[in-house]
Amino acid sequence: MSPEKQFISFYTILRKGVIRIFRIWSQTLLPPLVTSVLYFAIFGSILGARIGELDGVPYILFVVPGLVMLSVITSAFMEVASTFFFAKFFSRNIDEVLVSPTPPIVIIAGYIASGVVRGMLVGVLVLIVSLFFALPSIEHPLIVLLFLFLSSLVFALGGLINGIYAKNFDGISIIPTFVLTPLVYLGGVFYSINSLPPLWQNLSLFNPILYIINGFRYGFLGTADVSLFACISVLLALTAVLVGVNLYYLKKGLGLKQ
Amino acid sequence: MTEPALTIKDLEKTYAGGTKALGGVSLTVPAGDFFALLGPNGAGKTTLIGIVTGLVTKSGGSVEVFGIDIEKEPEKARTMIGVCGQEVNFDPWMKPLDIVVNQAGYYGIPRSVAIPRAKKLLEDLGLGDKMDQIGFRLSGGMKRRLMIARALIHEPQFLILDEPTAGVDVELRRSMWDYLTELTKKGVTILLTTHYLEEAERLAKHVAIINKGQIVANGTMEEILALHDGAESGYGGGKLEDIFVKLTTDSTSSPQAT
Repeated sequence: MSPEKQFISFYTILRKGVIRIFRIWSQTLLPPLVTSVLYFAIFGSILGARIGELDGVPYILFVVPGLVMLSVITSAFMEVASTFFFAKFFSRNIDEVLVSPTPPIVIIAGYIASGVVRGMLVGVLVLIVSLFFALPSIEHPLIVLLFLFLSSLVFALGGLINGIYAKNFDGISIIPTFVLTPLVYLGGVFYSINSLPPLWQNLSLFNPILYIINGFRYGFLGTADVSLFACISVLLALTAVLVGVNLYYLKKGLGLKQ
Repeated sequence: MTEPALTIKDLEKTYAGGTKALGGVSLTVPAGDFFALLGPNGAGKTTLIGIVTGLVTKSGGSVEVFGIDIEKEPEKARTMIGVCGQEVNFDPWMKPLDIVVNQAGYYGIPRSVAIPRAKKLLEDLGLGDKMDQIGFRLSGGMKRRLMIARALIHEPQFLILDEPTAGVDVELRRSMWDYLTELTKKGVTILLTTHYLEEAERLAKHVAIINKGQIVANGTMEEILALHDGAESGYGGGKLEDIFVKLTTDSTSSPQAT
């Protein structure tokens, strides 16, 4: 398949995904906005007023990057996991692309790109919503964009692996509920790890989401609990590992071919 | 000399659970032929088609499409194949026109080419007034025709139809027969599986009967019909039905390639 034809196939998968995101906006875009409004109102305005400042900034400004990232991670992951799972088990329309000459890497790219679009779109929308509660400054816009993009990419890749292996609805809810959510909540969305006892600080350093949230927060505030280099390194390493795992599985057809 | 549309040698498939679906099947479908592959439920027809189209991995043997090995050059082989599966497998929330145009995209066909081609195909198949209706609202027969349109959008030289007329009323079935006959006149090779033996008798030049993963009869329709011993079964079916029943219920039946 020529590169031009591969691009057309990629664009087709992406276009289909993006149209779906907007078609069912009440399931894909609205829920993270509603959740974020509640978080901003409760943790930012109501509790935040009592907490005062954290790391030298008003609490609401501290939590905005974490809450944006929380929505980005969940949206990018679920977009790919649920779309792929539905296409594999229910409508079985994954066969449409599997019988075509589209190479596995283009299939991956198309599904992942849809996840990235949804992740980034939700991120921007939640950021806009946050303006009603605070006026976050963006110290390093390129860092913010880099983390927004790479985080969407990483969790879209994770969602695809989950979608490939899920055998039922439980299979696509277990990872987000029992793995992602705890890691995100313990990854410093609502607090600085500097406020934790040394043991928990050290344990937190094993949580990859800590680096993602802190890198993103660095883009806004210019400060973070861990170095920017460590944040970018962890994010790039996660991206490389997940791209490799996805390529391996799709090439082997595991979970897709009988 | 023209390569056969399909050359299968010693094809074997054993599923993960140990079920042996194909036990060394060899088959040749001449280019330009209308070939019927018949067999009872569970005989191995859909597994065979799944292997040819890349949805099922083979355990042994080889498959070539117009001389191209499906394992060595899968993308090139798939470009030549159009497949209409047994189960309805399109996204039920999409419109027929979008489903067909997207399928073209997976083959690298630009939308500017695909849209008029898809409209023509849908009109030819009697779906001209249903192009913008949500897929799940179509009747069973319409869904089948939509799947045929989808299989033809990239103008394949080899069309595989797995029970395309299952559940379709008599009038519609006959119009589909006419349409398929016209396709073979244009040089498209068709491999058809069906449980309607009169359909195979009317359409196919060559026929193979598969039972328990083995080819038990293979030849021209005349040669297969000549196997009839003249005794009426008493069920009122045609000759082919009598032969089919005899070959697929007699446990001692052995391959009868003619």
